[in-house]
Amino acid sequence: MNDLTLPESIDQGRRRFLKVSAVAGGGLLIGFHLPLANRAGAAEAAGKDFAPNAWIRIDANDTVTLRVASSEMGQGVYTSIPMLLAEELECDWSRIKVEMAPADKAYTNPLIGQQLTGGSTAVRAFWTPLRRAGAVGRELLIRAAAQTWKVKEDECRAENGVVAHKTSQRKARYGELAAKAATLPVPSEVFLKEPGEFKLIGKSTARLDTPLKVNGSAVFGTDVKLPGLLTAVVARCPVYGGKPKKFDATKAKNVPGVRQVLSIHSGIAVVADSFWAAKQGREALVVEWDEGTHAKLDSAAIRLQLERALKKKGVNARNEGDAAKALKAAAKRIEAVYEVPYLAHACMEPMNCTAVVKKKDSCELWVPTQNQTGTQFVAAQITGLPPEKIKVNTTFLGGGFGRRSEQDFVAETVQLAMATGAPVKLMWTREDDMHHDYYRPATLNRLSATLDKDGMPLAWRHEIAGGSIFSRVFPSSIKNGIDNTSVEGAANLPYAIPNLQVTWVMENGVVPVGFWRSVGSSQNAYITECFLDEVAAAAGKDPYEYRRALLAKHPRHLGVLELAAQKAGWGTPLPAGRTRGIAVAEAFGSYCAQVAEVSMERGQVRVLRVVCAIDCGMVVNPDTVVAQMESGIVYGLTAALKGEITIKNGRVEQDNFHDYPLLRIDEMPDIEVHIVKSSEHPGGVGEPGTPPIAPAVANAVFAATGKPVRRLPIRV
Amino acid sequence: MISLSVNGEARDLEVDPATPLLWVLRDTLGLTGTKYSCGIAVCGSCTVHVDGAPVRACVTPLSAVANKSVTTIEGLSKDSSHPVQRAWMALDVPQCGYCQSGQIMTAVALLAKNPKPTDADIDQAMSGVLCRCGTYSRIRRAIKQAAELKAKGA
Repeated sequence: MNDLTLPESIDQGRRRFLKVSAVAGGGLLIGFHLPLANRAGAAEAAGKDFAPNAWIRIDANDTVTLRVASSEMGQGVYTSIPMLLAEELECDWSRIKVEMAPADKAYTNPLIGQQLTGGSTAVRAFWTPLRRAGAVGRELLIRAAAQTWKVKEDECRAENGVVAHKTSQRKARYGELAAKAATLPVPSEVFLKEPGEFKLIGKSTARLDTPLKVNGSAVFGTDVKLPGLLTAVVARCPVYGGKPKKFDATKAKNVPGVRQVLSIHSGIAVVADSFWAAKQGREALVVEWDEGTHAKLDSAAIRLQLERALKKKGVNARNEGDAAKALKAAAKRIEAVYEVPYLAHACMEPMNCTAVVKKKDSCELWVPTQNQTGTQFVAAQITGLPPEKIKVNTTFLGGGFGRRSEQDFVAETVQLAMATGAPVKLMWTREDDMHHDYYRPATLNRLSATLDKDGMPLAWRHEIAGGSIFSRVFPSSIKNGIDNTSVEGAANLPYAIPNLQVTWVMENGVVPVGFWRSVGSSQNAYITECFLDEVAAAAGKDPYEYRRALLAKHPRHLGVLELAAQKAGWGTPLPAGRTRGIAVAEAFGSYCAQVAEVSMERGQVRVLRVVCAIDCGMVVNPDTVVAQMESGIVYGLTAALKGEITIKNGRVEQDNFHDYPLLRIDEMPDIEVHIVKSSEHPGGVGEPGTPPIAPAVANAVFAATGKPVRRLPIRV
Repeated sequence: MISLSVNGEARDLEVDPATPLLWVLRDTLGLTGTKYSCGIAVCGSCTVHVDGAPVRACVTPLSAVANKSVTTIEGLSKDSSHPVQRAWMALDVPQCGYCQSGQIMTAVALLAKNPKPTDADIDQAMSGVLCRCGTYSRIRRAIKQAAELKAKGA
């Protein structure tokens, strides 16, 4: 969807405003609005245009409904976001109801400027705003009780959905107070608890979506049901840049259940009464493709393109001291070329979307999306409706990993809903999903280092060539010629090295690239942490002790590194044939170190144990942190051991899980997660577990074979 | 017309008998708990029971289940009280949850045959059911916990 660009990041409001209003039935609705920077804040606060969207609703019947505006794709926001609200609201956790928020500016992620779940930001971004939203609710309910009882507010306490007055022993449930609370003005200041006072935050709390996910009742995008719903599949040119020359729909239309065959921007769509009919119809469709100019493209040519790019002078992402001079001067120089392949996201739920477009009136979508703002924007562009007329219902996501921040499947669906005038569910097959992803960029890297007389690094140069994600999705995010997603994990190298240079050459190819769980850090942590092991080996030093010596000024890196090493028994003997590797990385505001224990069996790398230490600041739901470390490790391990998308004849060679395999249960290592106790602001959790695993495993292989692993997936 | 039982209910279906059971369940009967992911029987997300045995619904034509008894995740229990479902909840196994119907149905079939599976038994029975979120450690623990629940008759 190169022709449809997303709106640029909206400057976040400098002040935040809370509003309260009555809802039907005498409830209390607390809105938390992030005004646009170009609208006067005061007017917004005093104005009458209260957004009918909110985080908290308390009904007269005592039901507390908490809204979640972050997409639940496995990372646990369906529970952790309500925990933030409920902590300060002091409601009865066992009686809350959770609902997904609609797309609305009120739900803008303040760290991103859009309603977008990505960059491991949900808890980081909403940590303060949502606790404040909860606290406003609590204060208003206390005030309502105090006024009703004609007592002082500070003599009243809110707990477990009840306000109580100490001396008179009077009590009132939130539902009884809601109508009165809704009439009160919003306090300009609220008190937030000190972390020591938290009742929910920091305690492992059962996920609220689990009951729905063990009996088949959780509604994913593919499960949406509507009266008269049609299902569509699209035949797309397998070759990048290709398009249909001509097509014959006769046979497709003869398939029972096929209703229409339509040409849309991305290919030829078959619309039918059911998925199976649509798919049979697509198989019967005869399309002659104009394969365009890339029909001969293959992985070798892409590698050559990157090689040529790496010879160009890159833009500095970081430059300290004089790396060029230091590299020339020293006697001992370590050099290596590292590369990573394209990777598909391979969400278990293939891309899909459901839409109804009513002419000139409305457009409603049911979509597993990470980016509601983008969905609104793209649907608005296609329908000509204003974005606020686009109603977005976010379903559960059967995996996201960055793939569902894209809008290609939304654009196709909206066109089909307009063309048919009917409710349409677009389904991608697994093969469609594999062939038409936005892949983790393939990159080529040259690394050079020299040592001082003590064997410590004197100079480090990391030259990167690869495709840019931001140049497609947020061009204005490229600052000073640098796409941060390409250099993150490399430019923020934490080690004390006096001459340090990281450069980047933007080399955009034909294969579209996108955000893939932990983005740049996923490949750059592998490259830098493996090269550091090469440097340590050249110096004859233990890789763990070497890192410790270089991290003296980075206590949080050092903290997780030492914790992981200690828990893994770094330096203690292992059974014959086993080795360890270690790696540490900061990503998305969190620090993670991992030690992998590996054995080599018949030329196969087997990862037996992973010890993970994570410092993600204050923790909301510890069990979710553990689960996300397990998850991030498995995602990265699949990439390290198996993942590779290759190109031949202008198209992706892999089709399905038989040739793009995922880690299986019999290959699952024992994973131990240790969480660092911290009073720092929360960091991300969904992604930081991924970067260290590939280098930890590759370094263990290096320790076993003496041969550095300079290319993923690991082949020994 | 093809007759079969789905979750204990007799069904007579006027559907092309070559249609995969998965799409009959999802599109004809509205039982969307069974998921589509690969369509070629390599991921296990679509696992259901046919006469108690785990089957990949995405490659099983409707004709193959004529006069047979099909159980889907919706039919496992009325109130999520099956020991496997309870163990899954106790350990918060699911993340995105998309593969979990297939995981649970496969685990139920394993425990029906083998009430006390070893790690190797679990590997063998479950290795064909893929999870992109990496819930495997919890799946293993939950199967063991479910085995205990079943043994206690709870």
